[in-house]
Amino acid sequence: MAAALPAVAAVHGRVRSRTDSSVRRTVGLAACGAVLLAAVWLSLAVGSRSLDPATVIGALTDPSSASVDHLVVRELRVPRTVIGIAVGAALAVAGTLMQGLTRNPLADPGLLGVNAGASLFVVLAITLFGLTSPAAFVWFAFAGAAAATVLVYAVGSAGREGATPMRLALAGTALTAGITSIISVLLITRLDTVNAYRLWSVGSLAARELGDLATLLPFLLAGIVLAAICARPLDLLAMGDDLARGLGQNLALARITATLAIVLLCGAATALAGPIVFIGLVIPHIVRPFVGASHGWMLAWACLLGPALLLLADVIGRIVAAPGELEAGLVAAAIGAPVMIAVVRTSKAVRL
Amino acid sequence: MTASVARAALAPADGERRHRSRRHSTVTAVLALLLIALTVGGLLAGPFGVGIEELLRLVTGAASGATEFVVVTLRMPRLALGALVGAALALAGALFQTVLRNPLASPDIIGVSQGAVAAAAAGMLLFGLSGAPLALMAFAGAVTVAAAISLIAGRGRAAGYRFVLTGVGAAFFLQACTGFLLTRGEVREVQQALVWMVGGLSGAAWPDVAVLAGAFTVLVTAAALTARPLRILQLGDDAAAGLGVRADRARPMVLAVGVALAAVAVAFAGPMVFVAFISAPIVRRLLGDGSLALVPTALFGAALVLAADLVAQYAIPGAQLPAGIVTGLIGAPYLLWLLATRRGGSS
Repeated sequence: MAAALPAVAAVHGRVRSRTDSSVRRTVGLAACGAVLLAAVWLSLAVGSRSLDPATVIGALTDPSSASVDHLVVRELRVPRTVIGIAVGAALAVAGTLMQGLTRNPLADPGLLGVNAGASLFVVLAITLFGLTSPAAFVWFAFAGAAAATVLVYAVGSAGREGATPMRLALAGTALTAGITSIISVLLITRLDTVNAYRLWSVGSLAARELGDLATLLPFLLAGIVLAAICARPLDLLAMGDDLARGLGQNLALARITATLAIVLLCGAATALAGPIVFIGLVIPHIVRPFVGASHGWMLAWACLLGPALLLLADVIGRIVAAPGELEAGLVAAAIGAPVMIAVVRTSKAVRL
Repeated sequence: MTASVARAALAPADGERRHRSRRHSTVTAVLALLLIALTVGGLLAGPFGVGIEELLRLVTGAASGATEFVVVTLRMPRLALGALVGAALALAGALFQTVLRNPLASPDIIGVSQGAVAAAAAGMLLFGLSGAPLALMAFAGAVTVAAAISLIAGRGRAAGYRFVLTGVGAAFFLQACTGFLLTRGEVREVQQALVWMVGGLSGAAWPDVAVLAGAFTVLVTAAALTARPLRILQLGDDAAAGLGVRADRARPMVLAVGVALAAVAVAFAGPMVFVAFISAPIVRRLLGDGSLALVPTALFGAALVLAADLVAQYAIPGAQLPAGIVTGLIGAPYLLWLLATRRGGSS
């Protein structure tokens, strides 16, 4: 009886701390939303033509075709902001899924060969069909990303023990290295290919079309839904294969669902903006110390913080290199790396 | 308890040890023979035909001037450079992967190669460098980045884990810098920079080989000194402490040797993907017991680079590709095949 008391107290303590943490997570989620709103605002207002709030609101609510400012907002900044939101959310969610799926903190869309596959197909599109505009690359990039992920998953899950995290990561790295070599052959031998490819390969939100987003939106939404379904199985997978299996989790099904979500999200994001690597890697590391090991919360936070980071990167790119601009992919890496390093340094090593 | 388990792992039963060491010697001998065969092949192959008997005449000093020029001035330094670069990269990968206990932690993933590439890209595209100054700049880039990563990662518990993550962050940052340089550069110069960034052995000359060989000798001696602490570190920090090896002292030393090996190799030949990443895991598999063996790993790396260079030079008639393309093209399917066919534990 006396021994039971501390146990009861412990349970009470856990219940209280669970309410505490869920309050903290909700408040944090609202803060993430505020950050995203601020980023959206900056993305609409800041650029080589800086606009005051009244003009931006006017352009959105009461557009006049005579005003150049309104045209800039509606024709240039709104599409790029909307695409930035979609791409940022997709990359951050996919990165969170990948790190959960592979239980490897290094996982990002580059790791499972997604970017490599997309890049290879884009290079082939340039060399074989002479395409040069980012909009023309969309389907090639999507197909390449999907093909690479499926291949990596097939190789990683062949054999008796199935798709263990390390096998997936190794297969992705191997495929990436091999594909990089093929791309290099094409780039070294063809000058025109170098010119078209190097601009796509850094990742950017400029000169992308809303029509492309509309085509890819079903894939993005399906990916987000699948990711939400995966949240609980991933929590179990985090405890290790044996324990998860013991708790009745169908490991193969959970992994296939997560992989499918990753294909859809990364494929669409890469098709829209080119290979932007950093968002998927860094967002889970920023989020994890705050929300802990719950994938549901991590995905929700990631969904808001990913777009915020990408939009901020895009805005900074417009400011620092004015009147020209720096590609969002480059800026994301430049600001993301110190953020990630700071997180790694200050947080206790959060192992997966 | 942990220490006794560890000691048992280090000192297997006598019969098993004999079996292991026999397999070890066989693998080493086969790899050495392969390396010799590739060297001879490299001396003979090429548009300027050189026969075996002419090669022998060269040894006695009776060959024609043209043969001497082709073999001694063109082909031998290239082979020597290739073997040294391959061995250095393979050893660097083995040291990194072992001491950080992560098969992904090779110098081409955690920022060291990217540091060399970014520095070299800046050297080529901004300052128009080539030759020795370019090699020096690439070396400085790799060492600076590695030093920065280890300063930032700090010491103490989980330092290895922080080192890997910081390194990956640094790699991405440096790739962005390289990407920036490549998008702004003049397209022809960019293409030349891309060739360097793949890694290859063309333009090898004896002075390069001499510098690399000197650095290699020093570093391999240092690597040999780290071999025992390295084997013990594999057992985990706590077990190592029980056996008298302080992880936080041994790890920086091993990493410094690995960084220096990777940096000199990349400075002279470019990054050559996959050599550092794949050599140690393949040799572990060949040895069959998962043990780390530095000599076979170095031999394997050397043979891999020489084979890749032969294929790169002669596979497509009329087109000279950099060897780094071939290491990627043969390394990747091989690793994928290993992963797909191998049953049982992952590497």
